[in-house]
Amino acid sequence: MKDQPVSPQPRDIDGNPVTPGLPMAMLAEITHRCPLACPYCSNPLELVRAQGEMPAEDWARVFRQAADLGVLQVHVSGGEPGVRRDLAQIVEAARDAGLYVNLITSGIGITRERLEELDRAGVDHVQLSLQGIRPDMADRISGHPGSWDKKMGFAAWVAEIGFPLTINAVVHRQNMERLPDMIDLAETLGARRIEVATVQFHGWADLNRKALMPTREQAAFARAVVNESRLRLRGRMVIDYVPADHHAIYPKACMGGWGSTGLNVSPDGTVLPCHAAPSIKWMRFENVRERSLSDIWHLSESFNAFRGTEWMPEPCRSCERKTVDFGGCRCQAMALAGDARATDPVCSKSPLHAGLVAQAEEDATGDTAEFIYRRIRK
Amino acid sequence: MTVQPAIPRPATAQSRPQPTARPAPLIGSDDIPYLPRGVRLADDRVRGIRVLQAPERALQLDPIGDAILSELDGNRSMAAIVSDLAARYHAPRDQIAGDVRDFLTGLIERRMVFLRKQP
Repeated sequence: MKDQPVSPQPRDIDGNPVTPGLPMAMLAEITHRCPLACPYCSNPLELVRAQGEMPAEDWARVFRQAADLGVLQVHVSGGEPGVRRDLAQIVEAARDAGLYVNLITSGIGITRERLEELDRAGVDHVQLSLQGIRPDMADRISGHPGSWDKKMGFAAWVAEIGFPLTINAVVHRQNMERLPDMIDLAETLGARRIEVATVQFHGWADLNRKALMPTREQAAFARAVVNESRLRLRGRMVIDYVPADHHAIYPKACMGGWGSTGLNVSPDGTVLPCHAAPSIKWMRFENVRERSLSDIWHLSESFNAFRGTEWMPEPCRSCERKTVDFGGCRCQAMALAGDARATDPVCSKSPLHAGLVAQAEEDATGDTAEFIYRRIRK
Repeated sequence: MTVQPAIPRPATAQSRPQPTARPAPLIGSDDIPYLPRGVRLADDRVRGIRVLQAPERALQLDPIGDAILSELDGNRSMAAIVSDLAARYHAPRDQIAGDVRDFLTGLIERRMVFLRKQP
């Protein structure tokens, strides 16, 4: 890495000067390979193949650079991170760099012996995904026969070894009625936390809108279940909740603001402000194999594009919430408004909001029979 | 005492304040508070602050929060911890007891501090 004599002034997409903060968390998608085929997978439609994945020593360098940059926690994720045989080596490198290691896993393909190896390597916390309740539902949604039984076995090992456990339950039209059972299951499994996340309609989920879009009644039901469960489980289990944003008044502050506190590294080393960012086709993303993480964070066009508030058009520009939700999700603006700069159409102030709500209501009456499962394209 | 909230993730799930209908967990003076596995104090060398590292969360600690959590050795009871802090900071015991209780209650509700009953 050469020292640059003068750092250029970071500028947003319109050339306004911006001041980058420091990232706290990094999502390390060490592989896109996965035994599951969930129809709402957050990986991009164009998946990185095995031969494109960064080796463990590259990840070790990225973790050191991340820690030097201010990152405190890494989410080691995928795909299914357990697909990589050098997972323990990758985890160990992250701990050596001083990072707190969250393992984000489907629980499929990690044996008891490997989980013990990951314990020795320094995994701090395990987050286990849940696609549904009982084998019929869970296996159909994940596209993986036997997934339910394997997950329940994995969860038992997690408890025996003593890792703190978070259950990540992704909810949508086809499983939302079972949310109370998922919360009960998380408690039974000894989870300290459950994250109830309504599907976000990017990438694969967008292809499956008609199969996954919750109804307005379901969204209200989920909210009520979460509220009731929080009261009942106070001090026993924390419930984090990502509501159905198509039924919301204001958008979510995705990533806590673009390029403000988090970053993603793809299996091939591409560094993204958000995992869905590749859906912004005109944006160029840099690779940590070619440039340092610090330079990419501070100086790249992609990270600076939507920092601050000067780039915002109306109605965001004059909105008092512009530093609360930052205009919502750039990728959703791209997908729904055809313009990554636009106000996120899930915001009730967006001129596209009424059309979006009408479309969501229509999608929610869609045919639920068929999923387009996530697959690596041949 | 903790300010920096969530580790952000896409469309982040934010912990909302818990509704207040169910009473807060009570900490008895004989109870032993401790940091469970997966929760630890750490230096943030880049920002020059102390943090509490927990599952998918890092909380910024002020010196008081850091002092309280540094007392949690898994052996001493609330009463012993409060006495030691009161002596060290030359502060009224009742005041320290209230501060420690409020601070730890918040973390217990977030599952970042656990309680063990005296054997």
